[in-house]
Amino acid sequence: MKRTGARLRDTRTAIFFLLPNFLGFLCFTAWPVMASLLLSFTEWDLLTEPRWVGLDNFVQLLGWRRDPTGGWAANDPQFWKYFGNTLFLMLPLPVNMLGSLFLATVLNKKLRFAYGYRLIFFLPHIVSGVAIYYLWRWMYNPDFGLVNALLRQFGLAGPRWLTDMHWAKPALMIMGTWLAVGGSSMILYLAALQGVPPELYEAASIDGATAWQQFRHVTWPAVMPVTFFILTMGIIHGLQSGFDMAFVMTGGGPYGATTTLGYYIYTKAYVFFEMGYASTIAWVLFLVILTVTIFNWRRGGKVIA
Amino acid sequence: MKSPRRDWLWHIPLLLVGGTMLVPLFFMFATALSAPGQALPVTDSVWRMIWPQSWHWENFAEVWRVVPFGRYYINSLVIALVVTGGQVFTSACAAYAFARLQWPGRDKLFLAYLATMMVPGSVTMIPNFVAMKILPEWLGRVLPQVDWLSLRYLGTGAQSPGVGRLIGLDSYFALIVPAMFSAYGTFLLRQFFLTLPRDLDEAAKIDGCNHWQIFSRILLPLALPGVMTLTIFTFMGNWGSFLWPLVTTNQEYLRTLPVGLQAFQGQYGTEWHLMMAAALLMLVPIVGLFLVGQRFFISGLTVGAVKG
Repeated sequence: MKRTGARLRDTRTAIFFLLPNFLGFLCFTAWPVMASLLLSFTEWDLLTEPRWVGLDNFVQLLGWRRDPTGGWAANDPQFWKYFGNTLFLMLPLPVNMLGSLFLATVLNKKLRFAYGYRLIFFLPHIVSGVAIYYLWRWMYNPDFGLVNALLRQFGLAGPRWLTDMHWAKPALMIMGTWLAVGGSSMILYLAALQGVPPELYEAASIDGATAWQQFRHVTWPAVMPVTFFILTMGIIHGLQSGFDMAFVMTGGGPYGATTTLGYYIYTKAYVFFEMGYASTIAWVLFLVILTVTIFNWRRGGKVIA
Repeated sequence: MKSPRRDWLWHIPLLLVGGTMLVPLFFMFATALSAPGQALPVTDSVWRMIWPQSWHWENFAEVWRVVPFGRYYINSLVIALVVTGGQVFTSACAAYAFARLQWPGRDKLFLAYLATMMVPGSVTMIPNFVAMKILPEWLGRVLPQVDWLSLRYLGTGAQSPGVGRLIGLDSYFALIVPAMFSAYGTFLLRQFFLTLPRDLDEAAKIDGCNHWQIFSRILLPLALPGVMTLTIFTFMGNWGSFLWPLVTTNQEYLRTLPVGLQAFQGQYGTEWHLMMAAALLMLVPIVGLFLVGQRFFISGLTVGAVKG
């Protein structure tokens, strides 16, 4: 009896501790997840009553149909274009990761001023956000910006970056590398490298391994789990990102060249107030992320085991 | 085995990368200090662009005059502080319940918390926005005594600072309350609590402490690194928050800094010297906080990745 009483008291205490957080979780996270799923089966402009449309939104978003010439055309070609943009903007991820790994390897050599270097490399990550997007918009200014001034120094005429259809995406990718290469992935690599026993390197160099061989056979396998973690998080993050950056720097243009899925959801939801369709896009994005996560868990389990 | 004589070679790539990181920030600083007329010096000298050619410190004062920058700043500070305080407090309490108490359904609920961490923000944001949109009208039907829809003003006159609605779009409620609860914070602090030995709780219990005392006097101080980590992450995250304030507020007096920076984009072109000065002023608390709490920030990044 006493035990049951103690457990009951414990439960009561738990409710007391949990309640503030749980109420918030319920109102602003758990319920909205369900609500947006329901919304994705409706059409709602917030002015008239919501209308149940079943799977229409999903068909409109993902479906393809025969066009008059006999070929196939997407019901919503914009979605596929913006999905492509999102993936395209993620292309530098492996390059950024290699850069981070390189910087971490050098910093791990315990050279002089290593602390200062680390601080400077990490600075863009700290300040990243809207303020820095404005800075880079100014940097890319074709006439007065620093980027083209630098190119002129070498006798090159720079493009009109953010307003040029072909250069807007590379511009954002270059900025992305500046932001990411010394950021959290470098810190993660550094932490991983510090966990590698120095005896391994000593043994390797006694056996006559070159610097490259040491990297290939000691460092690379040692940081494999972290590489995997950064890659997974990078993909998950990359699929959702791009709105703040594009909103500030390009407005999603030119001609939608920098519009990502996140931006598309924003436009549908908060510009055109198509709440149902926007929820559908958000849920499709969620399902893509879920697939990536599950796939990575499976593979990640194998790599670590 | 080390060859210190060749080590200096490594400084070459490090200096190059370090320079690349710093040059845009110097450009930002030099622009912020340039005179309005010369803000766009057509020069081919990169050096002259990244080193201030004039020292117009008054630009930093001008920023507060041409737009209600002070209001944006106070909004950002108050919102970030309240959100951070609320999130750390509610997360810590919930983390205690998850880490130290036995109750039916605990592990299942924790799993639900973890699962929602995978959901993109854009999924939950839409219903939250809809809720904010319809809440005042709905409340007006239930409780017609209160004027839920009016944008309230403190004092009189058009210039007086507004406070927005009580709830719904264009309210501090929308800017603060939805951000105050976090599954991630709960998860992070639970992990920290789990690393603390249970003997401490037992000893405290024998000394007559109740759960609240064990939580507030023993576990919370010992989990300070975790609490600091969450504090810094939450503050920085909220300080830079852009999309939610952008879509939920329309009134100038409710604007936060990231949204407010748009004010320097004039109709006839952007005043870049003011924009850069304002952006630098916005970064001051972030850089300061990072320098103070660097240790916690770095440890927070590696939680769950390296040793996990």
